Amino acid sequence: MDAALAAGLQGLLLGLTHLEIGQVVMILIGSTLLYLGIAKGFEPLLLVPIGFGAILVNIPLAGLMEEGGVLRFFYETGVLTEIFPILIFVGIGAMTDFQPLLENPKIILLGAAGQFGIFLTLLLALALGFDKLEAVAIGIIGACDGPTAIYVSSKFAPHLLGAVSVAAYSYMSLVPLIQPPIMRLLTTEREKKIVMGVVKQPVSRTTKILFPIVVTVTASLVAPLGTPLIGMVMLGNLMKESGAVERLKRASENEITNIVTLLLGLSIGATMQADKFLKLETLMVLALGLIAISLDTAVGVLFGKLMCLLTGGKINPLIGAAGISAFPMSARVVQAEGQRYNKKNYLLMHAMSANAGGQTGSIIAAAVMLSVLKGMGIV
Amino acid sequence: MATSVVAPMVGKVLKIEKKAGERVEEDDVVLVMEAMKMEIPVVAPASGVLKEIKVSPGQAVEAEQILAEIE
Repeated sequence: MDAALAAGLQGLLLGLTHLEIGQVVMILIGSTLLYLGIAKGFEPLLLVPIGFGAILVNIPLAGLMEEGGVLRFFYETGVLTEIFPILIFVGIGAMTDFQPLLENPKIILLGAAGQFGIFLTLLLALALGFDKLEAVAIGIIGACDGPTAIYVSSKFAPHLLGAVSVAAYSYMSLVPLIQPPIMRLLTTEREKKIVMGVVKQPVSRTTKILFPIVVTVTASLVAPLGTPLIGMVMLGNLMKESGAVERLKRASENEITNIVTLLLGLSIGATMQADKFLKLETLMVLALGLIAISLDTAVGVLFGKLMCLLTGGKINPLIGAAGISAFPMSARVVQAEGQRYNKKNYLLMHAMSANAGGQTGSIIAAAVMLSVLKGMGIV
Repeated sequence: MATSVVAPMVGKVLKIEKKAGERVEEDDVVLVMEAMKMEIPVVAPASGVLKEIKVSPGQAVEAEQILAEIE
């Protein structure tokens, strides 16, 4: 009887006796993500469930990612099938106002330029020995667009999903620290001070309704594999702009997005098991992600300089930094930087145009990449 | 000569930093606007005396709307 009781009590210690150092490290990493989300306000909607998922999955013997485990179920049904990111895209479309872009269409070029870092980082990742599909998933961090990064990596390199998502969301929060030094370095004192005037271009309701339909059809014809991404974002946007399906629009931006964000975050955290995450590869992904965002910023600003030159000095190159899609964070960074050098400079709305262009640009860049890979017979 | 302080973008007036009758220097913050959830300081385009403030905190403003006059 005593022996049976002792054995039973020993059962309570099994978790502790099976705890390995790697799992302790991962629980600390999960806790750090929780700290960043809760105390520092870094993308809490994603980092809190990711951090907690990372803690849960590193509890020995709990089996949350084993066959039949609850997190494994979420991961297999939502992430591997791409259903979660796709549903998030509908919500994003329902929340995005493309008006700044439609007011100032030539600025969309900056949104395209802001995506070059993706391709440069892809080449760098290939040079470092990552395989083609992994390199695509790493490069896409440069888009500074969390859901796109999750979509692409869950499709091509699910084993890197944890690292890619953590990199994408952490760096998105760090945009106010990452971008300004690059912007200052690449622009002259005179360029920083360029005043761009007031954006006041009325956009008709018809234009706003036609925009998502035209973009879906044209972009999908060019890059058919990107249709799920572009199509869902634009469906959400059409629901918003048409005003005809208020209930569906509200459900997309609230209930659906909230539920899916919770399950997606947990599932991503669940991929961060010690034996899969604590690898040199993860550190390389984090480093390459930072390089990708920096390169995107640099190319955006350099393209802004070119546009400044071509327009006879009418465009302030700083707004090029908003060509990445960290919306609306990078547009705010541009406003703050511009006013730092010229108090009479109000770049926010111009930067918002570039930022909306960047959002569209990152989705199209992903779509183009998917189609090119398909064309090359890689996927 | 009078100079107008105009709204640089559509948004909301958050707080007024100067009073009518007060002297302002070029680049002094006259009021703070909020646009896209960001605080934007709106500065005096020229030095002078603030003749009139035409808006109040909480008021929504259009781009290029006259916010104040400096003489």
